Amino acid sequence: MIPELGHFSLIVALLLALVQGTLPLVGAQTGNASLMAVARPAALGQLAFVALAFASLAYSFLTNDFSVRNVAQNSFSQLPPVYRLTATWGSHEGSMLLWVLMLAGWTAALTVLSRRLPAEIRARTLGVLGLVSVGFLAFVIATSNPFERLLPVPADGRDLNPLLQDAGMVLHPPMLYMGYVGFSVAFAFALAALLGGQLDAAWARWARPWTTLAWVFLTVGIALGSWWAYRELGWGGWWFWDPTENASLMPWLAGTALVHSLAVAERRGQLLAWTLFLSIAAFALSLLGTFLIRSGVLSSVHAFANDPARGLFILGLLAVVVGGSLLLYAWRFPRSDEPAAFGWVSRESFLLANNALLVAALATVMLGTLYPLFLDALGFGKVSVGPPYFDAVLVPLFAPLLFLVALGPLTPWRQGSVADLAVRTRWAFAGALVLAVAVPLAQGGVHLLAVLGVFLAAWILLGVLVGLAEARGRRLSRGFWGMQVAHAGLAVVVLGITLVSNYQAERDVRMNVGDHVDLAGFRFVFKGATGHAGPNYVADRGTVEVTAPDGTALTLHPEKRKYNAAGVGMTEAAVRSGVLGDLYVSLGEYLGGQAWSVRVYYKPFVGWLWAGGALMALGGLLAASDRRYRRATAAAADA
Amino acid sequence: MKRWLPFAVFAVLLAFLFVGLWLDPREVPSPFIGKPAPAFSLPVLERPGQTFSPDQARGRPWLLNVWAPWCRTCRKEHPFLMQLAASGVRIYGLNWQDQAREAAGLLAEIGNPYVLNAVDHDGRAGIDWGVTGVPETFLIDADGVIRAKHSGPLSERIWNRKFAPLLQGQGS
Repeated sequence: MIPELGHFSLIVALLLALVQGTLPLVGAQTGNASLMAVARPAALGQLAFVALAFASLAYSFLTNDFSVRNVAQNSFSQLPPVYRLTATWGSHEGSMLLWVLMLAGWTAALTVLSRRLPAEIRARTLGVLGLVSVGFLAFVIATSNPFERLLPVPADGRDLNPLLQDAGMVLHPPMLYMGYVGFSVAFAFALAALLGGQLDAAWARWARPWTTLAWVFLTVGIALGSWWAYRELGWGGWWFWDPTENASLMPWLAGTALVHSLAVAERRGQLLAWTLFLSIAAFALSLLGTFLIRSGVLSSVHAFANDPARGLFILGLLAVVVGGSLLLYAWRFPRSDEPAAFGWVSRESFLLANNALLVAALATVMLGTLYPLFLDALGFGKVSVGPPYFDAVLVPLFAPLLFLVALGPLTPWRQGSVADLAVRTRWAFAGALVLAVAVPLAQGGVHLLAVLGVFLAAWILLGVLVGLAEARGRRLSRGFWGMQVAHAGLAVVVLGITLVSNYQAERDVRMNVGDHVDLAGFRFVFKGATGHAGPNYVADRGTVEVTAPDGTALTLHPEKRKYNAAGVGMTEAAVRSGVLGDLYVSLGEYLGGQAWSVRVYYKPFVGWLWAGGALMALGGLLAASDRRYRRATAAAADA
Repeated sequence: MKRWLPFAVFAVLLAFLFVGLWLDPREVPSPFIGKPAPAFSLPVLERPGQTFSPDQARGRPWLLNVWAPWCRTCRKEHPFLMQLAASGVRIYGLNWQDQAREAAGLLAEIGNPYVLNAVDHDGRAGIDWGVTGVPETFLIDADGVIRAKHSGPLSERIWNRKFAPLLQGQGS
């Protein structure tokens, strides 16, 4: 009964989305206020029904209703309740339902918070979001119904993929989707501007906090995904250039460019056409990411839904949504901006350089991700593009980008001067140079990439300090703080990546009880492995005693698990995180007797990656909550 | 013109994605899978005067790793091969098109994960095995039948996905 209620709710939501996607747009075109007013109740009603559908699915999971095919395939009676809840979005169907729920949530938030927007713009924005929702609801109902029943009812489920049974997976998909879907708001604003022909700084001011917020979610989502991979895949890698990761990185790069070009558009009324294009691109790339993951077009660990019908549907959706908006963009192409009113050395031009480099990086990632598909489609055979390509081409793009990060905020709008910048940053530059040599020396070896990475990170951090020092005594807005915190977070990420990539140490050894291995000053003693039962798995649980260089001792318990339902094996690494680095131990193969192959890693500063990601997100939150956006909507309504 | 560019690029992309829907990226077609390993008899690098043919490796599953000293990608997978060899996997090398005869020196320097290397100077045996580039790795079962093939460097991920499940069934 509950699953049918969920299915029915989805259909009602689709009807409401149809209403929301048509009447307000017609109303805005004809100036009919009552048609435009339909958007609000339709959007709120849609959220209510999608939430009801989602709750029905979650209920089916929590109560182990194995008569629902999706539950039977992705859950298990012994699965702990928290993972039963997350299993709700652990499958293709469930994750698409989550997608739709997020979209309805963003739409409803916009409905509530946009009361002060001009009526036409509001109606058009909500109308566009309604149309996107129609597409995705139709997709779920037609090809990915999560409420399908299964007869005969199986006695038990097949369990959630053990890889997904992890704290990182509880929040990674919702955050990532919040980011993906959040870009739909900027997209809708862009389309509303194209439809209405109103493109000005006010438009940028409306779109900017929403875009920043979506960017925050995406940043958190990507960071959580990386953290999950680090702990769950058993060898401590945190980024693989897997197509799925690239699928989330592409909208992130576009979104980052957009956040910055919106700054120029809002403050200076310039780069408007470009900003509009980026708004479309960021959401288009979110859709492309969804397509790439959900269709199985690219080989990836995530491509568990490999059904051409679904792929075809999403491709059609992509064609209509993105193709349609790009056509609209070409047709209503905003007349070129007023001639550029800024000098070569100015904040505008640095932000433009930021955009150019980010878009170049985006194109590089896209090419690397799709290249195997291009060759295959043209009949040139199968290839794979791996980390060497991405590392080789992205370092030269990111290095100048990071160098500019420190300078941009210190440069005045319109016109600055090199001499002035040089004087103001000379100590920061000198300090970064010293650190760039000192830190690698302290870590045990000077490599070119390590020096470069530490220099850039230190340069950004010291640049932030210069910015804060110069602003002493002034009342600082949250926007200013947000920017500085996010930039500092970026520096922390760069530092973490640099140090862990250049100075991590690992050993892979056969260990008998009592054997020891030394790594980075730590001594690891293997005390054997014993049987151990978890809620839905059995495990060999190793005991490894570690003595730190300063004599303190700690014990780690890496596990080799076997999950009951599917009999799948999993390596559960034991990680001890610290500010200066992580100890990471994982159990390899059983080698007979008491012996195991054991892998031990020392990962210096790896935690800074995620701490930096958190800082970036915090910066975004600060910026998005700046007072002027609340004031701005009020002022726009009065005008 | 500029205004139409995004749409044009997108249309091309869309066409590729459409074609891509009907391709399976995971399946690198190898007509050799499920067939008996092609025979050859080649000199053994490590033991001058002896020869090796695939029949000699029968009885337990084994890997044939096709590599060459001039191949940089092969160097990338080398640490993983060392790791595999240490965990008991039998890896035979096919030293492919090594005209400069650098293999023995290189292995002495970086470590030798192979039970032995068959020397395929002119690449004929490689052709029989359908080798198009190095590295390539084949999994041959106890009965001498090719069960899996991977083009490109082996890694733990690929190993766990393509090879380990097959080996488990064989009880190596």
